[in-house]
Order: sequence, then C-alpha cells, then structure tokens
Amino acid sequence: MFRAALRLSVSGARSLTRSRPQYTASVAARSYSHGKQETDEEFDARWVTYFNKPDIDAWELRKGMNTLIGYDLVPEPKILEAALRACRRLNDLASAIRILEAVKDKSGPHKEIYPYVLQELQPTLNELGIPTPEELGIDEA
Amino acid sequence: MVVSNVYLHSLSQFKIPTKANTSHYLSLSFLSPPTPVFSWKAMLHLTAGRVAGLLSRRGVAAFSSSGVKMASHGHGGVTEQTDMSVPLYWDRLDTPLPDRPYKDTLSAADKSLKQKEKGPWNSLSKEEKLALYRIMFNETYAEMKKPTGEWKTVFGGIFFFIGFTGLVVLWQRYYVYPPHPPTLDDEWQAMQVKRMLDMRVNPVEGFSAKWDYEKGQWK
Repeated sequence: MFRAALRLSVSGARSLTRSRPQYTASVAARSYSHGKQETDEEFDARWVTYFNKPDIDAWELRKGMNTLIGYDLVPEPKILEAALRACRRLNDLASAIRILEAVKDKSGPHKEIYPYVLQELQPTLNELGIPTPEELGIDEA
Repeated sequence: MVVSNVYLHSLSQFKIPTKANTSHYLSLSFLSPPTPVFSWKAMLHLTAGRVAGLLSRRGVAAFSSSGVKMASHGHGGVTEQTDMSVPLYWDRLDTPLPDRPYKDTLSAADKSLKQKEKGPWNSLSKEEKLALYRIMFNETYAEMKKPTGEWKTVFGGIFFFIGFTGLVVLWQRYYVYPPHPPTLDDEWQAMQVKRMLDMRVNPVEGFSAKWDYEKGQWK
C-alpha cells in the first residue's frame, strides 16, 4: 500500500521491516476504535470499482477525484488507471492531465512517488494518448 | 457561638450610620441603573420601532432580489458578489476538478477541437492537447504553486513606514521639542555636584559619603 511505501522511503537507512502503525487502517479520514476496519486492498478495490462504472458521468468523476484527493494518501496506480479510463469514456483529456498533476502535488515532499506512478501508468498513458504535464511543459510555471 | 460581652462593649466604638450622620456623603446613585433592568414592554416597543424602520427604508425589495441584483443597484463602489446559485470554477490544489470548465463559451475553433477530443487522443497534437487543458482549466498546478513575491511588498512596506516614522521623529526634534535645558550641560552638572557635596547630601551611606572631603576627590 502506498502509505507503507511512504514510510519505508522516509526511513532511509533504517530497517525496511518497520511495521505499519495500527491507526493508519485503510478507512482514510475515519478513526473508529470499533467495527470492521477496511483493509488497503478493500479500499483500493472499492475505488477501482467506482471509476470502472461503464456509464460513469462527469459529476461522479469529479466527485470521486475530489474526494480521493481529499484523503491523506496518494492513490494506487490501479485506482488512477481506472480514473483515467473514466476520463476517456467521458472524452475529457484535460481532467486526465489534471489528475496526474494532482497526484504529483499529493506526493508532497516524497519526490519518488510521482515517477513511480508514471512508470506504472505508462502503458495506459500510451494506449489512451494522455500526455504527462512534463510533456506539455506545464510542470513549470 | 455567643459573642462575649467584652466584644459587644468594644463594638460601641463604631458609630451606626444613620441619615443624620451621613447626610454629607456623596451621592453614588449613578452606580445602579435608574430604570428597571429589563421590561417586556420596552422590548416590544424597541423591536417594533426597528422593524418599522427597516420596512420603510428598504421596502419589500430587500427580501426578494438575488444577491447579484442587490449589489448591482446598491450604493456605488460595491464589488460584484459571486453568484453562488450556479456551478463555480476554482483553481485549488486540494480539489482538482471544479464544477464547470474554465471557458464555458467556446469559439468555433474550440468547439471543433472538443469534437476531435471524442476521437482517439493519440491523433491530437501537443498544442491541441494543451489547448484542451486551457479550455477546461485556468491555472496549472505549477502556476497555482508559484511564489508570489508578496514578501517583498511586505518588507518594503515595513521599511518604508519605519523610514517615514524616522522623518517624523526628526521633524519633532526640531519643531516640537522645547529649548534645550541648560541644566543638562556639563558645567551646570559640575556646579550641581559641588552644591550637593557642600550641603552634604546623603553623607552616611549615599552621595556625599562617597566623596573624600580631606583629599577633595571621590573615594
């Protein structure tokens, strides 16, 4: 899960077997002390299913993306792929590029996340013809 | 507990205040409110008065028109209010996709580009892709995050006003201060010290105690 990757990269020279703290269970933005905790995989699957809806409409895409970006995490590439394909179904190239920009911004100081995500998404980006912000030159003001 | 007779007797030393022996006191009646603190009747009068005033001045129009209309024929110089009843556009890092595209009135070129967008995106050129982005969005993330240089204005303003204050202080020194007192000059101070020593100011532990009268110097 991306949050684990986040902590692993920050630890640097320290042991890679650092365990994930209990409180960062995958139900982002909620901190129940009881009730079933959603795992990272369940969280990812839920969001992939959301964006994979064949007749997703523009509002649902915007709502989904804005909500996802509101969470304290960088979405997994597979969620982003589903979102980009949803953009394709909605004939919205601009939003696809915006999503990539948002992912880079969400990574914050962890500069290694964005290149990794792009690397994972490369086949999808090539297939759909989505340019990265770098290719368009909009990554610098 | 019973107060003993000794204390009862000693209490007689205190005079009991009466109107006769306190008539010379100052009146402090202003400290407590002269009118009743709260009255429903008064409240009713006040509220009715205010409502009547409101209705007469604004008319019923105050309750009917939308925010935008009110601003446009209000007093001159009022800024336009955002119409919150329609989908808005925004550039926000934490909310990437706003409710509406940036450009909602498209030129013919833009419209044909939007048509082309329905086909495979691989057939779009880089410029076309950029144009599609700019139709949808105003600022890119990089542009949103660009530093504004506002700090230069802030510091510039601070130094400017400190400098201005310095000029004010300088003017004050020449046009406001009273004439320089002669008592601060060295000659006067020396005469003052001599006088203080002659009259033996604080001779035990203070001023004159530190002066050696035989040798005529400070100890």
